[in-house]
Amino acid sequence: MSTNFTPLALVAELTHRCPLHCVYCSNPLELAKRDAELPTQTWARVFREAAALGVLQVDFTGGEPLARTDIVELVRAARLAGLYVSLISSGLPLDERKLAALVDAGLDHFQLSFQGATEATGRAISDTNSYPHKLLVLSWLKQHRIGVTLNFVIHRQNIHELDAMLALVEQHRPGCVEFASVQYYGWALANRAALLPTREQLDHCVSTIHRAEERLKGTTRFVFVVPDYYAKYPKPCVGGWGRKLMLIDPNGTALPCHAANVIPGLQFENVKEKCLLDIWQTSSAFRKFRGEDWMQEPCKSCDRRHQDFAGCRCQAFLLTGDPAAIDPVCSLAPTRSRVDAILADIHLRVPACPEEKTEWVYRPNPG
Amino acid sequence: MKPELDATPRLAPGVRLNESTQQPRMLLMPERVLRLNRSSLEIVLRCDGKNTVRQIADDLHRLYSTAELQRITDDIVEYLALLHTQRAIDF
Repeated sequence: MSTNFTPLALVAELTHRCPLHCVYCSNPLELAKRDAELPTQTWARVFREAAALGVLQVDFTGGEPLARTDIVELVRAARLAGLYVSLISSGLPLDERKLAALVDAGLDHFQLSFQGATEATGRAISDTNSYPHKLLVLSWLKQHRIGVTLNFVIHRQNIHELDAMLALVEQHRPGCVEFASVQYYGWALANRAALLPTREQLDHCVSTIHRAEERLKGTTRFVFVVPDYYAKYPKPCVGGWGRKLMLIDPNGTALPCHAANVIPGLQFENVKEKCLLDIWQTSSAFRKFRGEDWMQEPCKSCDRRHQDFAGCRCQAFLLTGDPAAIDPVCSLAPTRSRVDAILADIHLRVPACPEEKTEWVYRPNPG
Repeated sequence: MKPELDATPRLAPGVRLNESTQQPRMLLMPERVLRLNRSSLEIVLRCDGKNTVRQIADDLHRLYSTAELQRITDDIVEYLALLHTQRAIDF
């Protein structure tokens, strides 16, 4: 069975190994082991198949993609295949020579993550002291003509540092800055109680970011990812299931999104056994929520279904137990009260101060 | 921000055209793509840091001579301002 949808982006989750242990990591709770990771040549074939399928961009992510010793080869292979190559990275492990080699190999865009705007917050979130090194990486990046995005993941434990984050942006003036509110899957869901911001914090954050966006118009493009628990309508998750995006995990499993394997009963294909075209068109997991036939009311007859595709399937499953249900963050969802109850509980808690030891689970490293 | 007529626009870091063998032609940028029609492609191809806005307008006027030069110049300035806000070009 073929499909009219063409994937535009390939997310290549190269490894689950990472020097950081962020409490909101979006990797699955069951991490892929090093010896199960795809070899260089298999990835190179995947990039060629992706380009032939119509994919324009590949995002190298992880874990930490730089943990792959063949990262320069992988960048070269993706670029040779005709893809636009982004590295989504913590900046560790990296030195000036390695960065120059990555740029030489054809790296188009470096997205550097920040856990906060101070060393202490960075350490509290990631259980690693990476902040000073990130500032070094930022200075090295300026010596190359590639795209640079600073990515700040925002949540209750670092939202008070927003002004300092914006000062960093104004100082370095990257082409793009992303303020991404934590989305609650994987490790973030396990640590949700410590991470959800209050409505007051969020409102202050949004207005501060909008003012900075105006100030830096024409210099830095701003992207703000809203915390969807506070939204009126759900996010158009991954641009719609099986419509625009394909993710390959470190073992070669092809997923419609990074969290898809939380949904029970889905059968996933592996790039070691099948080509990407075959997987995109025939994988039952990709077809399961593609299009609109699977939708339930109120989505089925709602005009917004063309915009948000009924929201996120993984979130629907995680919060209601039914992956075909309307995303419960939607104000039209009969299950919205569950999200409101979670938010009401957060409001009762005093926002933690950074010095206070927070009770949470750090994401470990796979074996 | 609108460019001056003697400004020399060029693609911003991390922005490039897809390969000429790939159709349709698009501007590839961090986390997104911009589709280009025939005339926007002709403009973007000239954003090389050497051509001035005036030269680009002259070229496009030669290509699409049915419109007045002033009208074409105004349209190009508008389009370049949009690309600048999108962080696709610098000038």
